[in-house]
Amino acid sequence: MDLDFSAAEDRFREDVRGFVQARLPPAVRARASRGLSPTRDDYLSWHRTLQERGWVAPGWPAKFGGCDWSPVQLHIFEEEMARGDAPLPLPFGTKMVGPVIMEFGTPAQQGLFLPRILSGEHWWCQGYSEPGAGSDLASLKTRAVREGDHYVVDGQKTWTTLAQYADWIFCLVRTDPQAKAQRGISFLLIDMRTPGVSVRPIITLDGAHEVNEVWFENVRVPVGNLIGTENQGWTYAKFLLAHERSSFGGVGRAKRELERLKGVAYSERRHGRPLLEDALFAAKVAQVEIDLMALEITNLRVLDAARAQRALGPEVSILKVQGSVIQQRISELLLEAVGPYGLPFVPERERHGATAEGIGPPHAAGLAARYCNERKLSIFSGSNEIQRNIIARMMLGF
Amino acid sequence: MDFTLSDEQRALQDSVQRYVSRQYAFESRRAIERTAAGWSPQVWQDLADLGVLGINVPQEHGGLGYGPIETLLVMNLFGSCLLLEPYAASAVVATAVLRDSASTHLQASWLPRLVRGEAVATLAHFEPTSRFDARQVRSRATLANGGYVLQGQKALVEHAAADILLVSARIAGADDAQEGVSLFVVPRDAPGLSLRSCRTLDGRSAADIALESVEVPASARVGMDGGALAVIERSLGFGTAALCAEAVGAMQALVDATVAHLKTRQQFGRPIGSFQALAHRAADMLLELEQARSMSFLAAVRSMGADDRERQRALSAAKVITNRAARFIGQQAVQLHGGMGMTDELQVGHWFKRLAAIEMTLGDTDTHLQRFAALGTFPASVRAT
Ligand SMILES: Cc1cc2nc3c(=O)[nH]c(=O)nc-3n(C[C@H](O)[C@H](O)[C@H](O)COP(=O)(O)OP(=O)(O)OC[C@H]3O[C@@H](n4cnc5c(N)ncnc54)[C@H](O)[C@@H]3O)c2cc1C
Repeated sequence: MDLDFSAAEDRFREDVRGFVQARLPPAVRARASRGLSPTRDDYLSWHRTLQERGWVAPGWPAKFGGCDWSPVQLHIFEEEMARGDAPLPLPFGTKMVGPVIMEFGTPAQQGLFLPRILSGEHWWCQGYSEPGAGSDLASLKTRAVREGDHYVVDGQKTWTTLAQYADWIFCLVRTDPQAKAQRGISFLLIDMRTPGVSVRPIITLDGAHEVNEVWFENVRVPVGNLIGTENQGWTYAKFLLAHERSSFGGVGRAKRELERLKGVAYSERRHGRPLLEDALFAAKVAQVEIDLMALEITNLRVLDAARAQRALGPEVSILKVQGSVIQQRISELLLEAVGPYGLPFVPERERHGATAEGIGPPHAAGLAARYCNERKLSIFSGSNEIQRNIIARMMLGF
Repeated sequence: MDFTLSDEQRALQDSVQRYVSRQYAFESRRAIERTAAGWSPQVWQDLADLGVLGINVPQEHGGLGYGPIETLLVMNLFGSCLLLEPYAASAVVATAVLRDSASTHLQASWLPRLVRGEAVATLAHFEPTSRFDARQVRSRATLANGGYVLQGQKALVEHAAADILLVSARIAGADDAQEGVSLFVVPRDAPGLSLRSCRTLDGRSAADIALESVEVPASARVGMDGGALAVIERSLGFGTAALCAEAVGAMQALVDATVAHLKTRQQFGRPIGSFQALAHRAADMLLELEQARSMSFLAAVRSMGADDRERQRALSAAKVITNRAARFIGQQAVQLHGGMGMTDELQVGHWFKRLAAIEMTLGDTDTHLQRFAALGTFPASVRAT
């Protein structure tokens, strides 16, 4: 057994690190270090920089413009991106709809969509959840009725991340209202500019505009935008979930945040000493660091299994549960670290472009908002309760 | 032992309950939060008319002459309606300071006005470096022309838009000495006093305050020169008890909202509350709530106690339990509401944020754990070894 990266993998890491250091615009880095999420332009400009290097979707096969990287390389890549405060390309194109199009799309769909995901011309969003269909996704109601060469789509999606910037949305829609839940669902690609599509913002408790409602009223979608076979959408959705979950642990991000936590706790003082040397606080930081160490090794086990193409068991759900809990814990400790100066609160959209932070030490700005925002980690992409159901079902068999 | 309320206490509770359910629905609160001031002078006047601002003021100054138990009852209600107005800051903490140590002259000039809602007061005590340690006071007061000149900084003063600030400053001693702190009534518009205000996580407002050669007359001093820390600490104790009671109100509201959601939200063809994982979570929420409620009673009663050690231990214990319950109930309420729990539209997120703010107010968990441990009592058998 060898738990260390190979020399080649270490060299690869150096490469990525050097690239991020050299090419990430200072303004993007500065925003990240102030705890702000990337702006639309940050995403797009960094996307183009990665594209020049061929690193937008390095996990894709070379024939589709990827790098054929191994799961381990991808892991190192994402870890270094997080370490250098670089935004990852949004997963909706590269990790979700892209792989589905590669696996189940027609050559025409592949030729149209894949290059535009890489170039950044198409910003994708994910239209799965509905007001009545969250954890129970298969109960979704958005209808698509075939009329000649078109599907006519009516219904509502919700919690759609960054739909306000999106050019395209991939949707699960009901094409056979008679069939039982999963069986009447199709996977449809919809141009957000089609008449009848409207986007309404949902403001979250941190004051951010990150999610939206997306409404469809008589939206005519060419049948050529159907993925695979009608009523087989659930199969494709499940395939996509497997992809989405391979980088679930968020280890790289958690490591970066842990480093930030230590920095903040070192500069904060309790009884005249750095907070990081306060026995109670130090023990809490140590505990989360230890949990993160265990998560990292579990993550490497998953990567190793993926590299060897062994079937994955409950580990993926374990990564999701533990990964979200650890990130949430770090966000709690960051807030605790700044004591009363966790209180000042400026909604993120007002902090962008502001020349000065509000009151309190600069490292405290945005921590409360971050703490609020990260509650989502245990809710989306299969809530932690649903992940436990998956684990339990595998264990108990019912 | 007796947990029942008197008729008077129940009447007070009923009248405030009626008022907030009529006048402080979530939409009204949201409208108040959106105003520039972030609080409603009208609501404040209504609270005065209900007599509530006089709960902690003796009858001779126009108050009701009640105390921490009645405060607990109204704070429960203010927690559930998420009152933005500075009740604990003005009508509990600042009022207690004036009541317990001000000169008869200062009492007579301020307490009746606080009761009638004509003035709002707030304690400006903590400083940028004090974290949660009430003993840390670096601001200085020096004698000059028969009065004092104040110099220093105050941090995150709640509702600094108050008419009067009760400002602490050292006349002597090291930065964390128990003796040497004096307290002064300072009008907010005093020359040399400047504010940097902000909104806080819970939609309220606070300010960092700079004192640059602020002159106050000797008659503005509250209590003994150099001996103010004791009354400040004791008043903050009343504030802590009030905050614990407010948290209980907010937590009760979250438990109620979550239970209603678990019963009505359908997924997989049944109410999600029928999934045992969620049913048990709800049970744990109630468990935490009831433990916190018990400690809020203890905090209220002990906050009046004469034995400092017993009083402080009870208050610290109550804050530790409250903070833990606040975090668990707040987070689980959001979690069990799913995406809806993350929205600004639902009141759930606002209770969550107020509870998070309460955790960071008047001592976080570590501060109170350490104080509790330091005040530890040891059984004779331990002491003998
Ligand atoms: C910030 C954010 C971004 C999102 N982005 C997207 C996006 O881009 N695209 C998209 O399609 N969706 C997105 N989602 C939606 C997300 O996937 C759903 O919120 C999630 O699936 C939960 O669904 P729900 O909100 O309807 O909660 P519900 O399903 O109603 O769940 C409520 C609670 O019940 C629990 N629960 C439900 N069923 C069970 C069960 N059987 N056993 C035990 N517990 C159960 C849940 O865990 C949760 O705690 C996003 C959500 C958030 C918060």
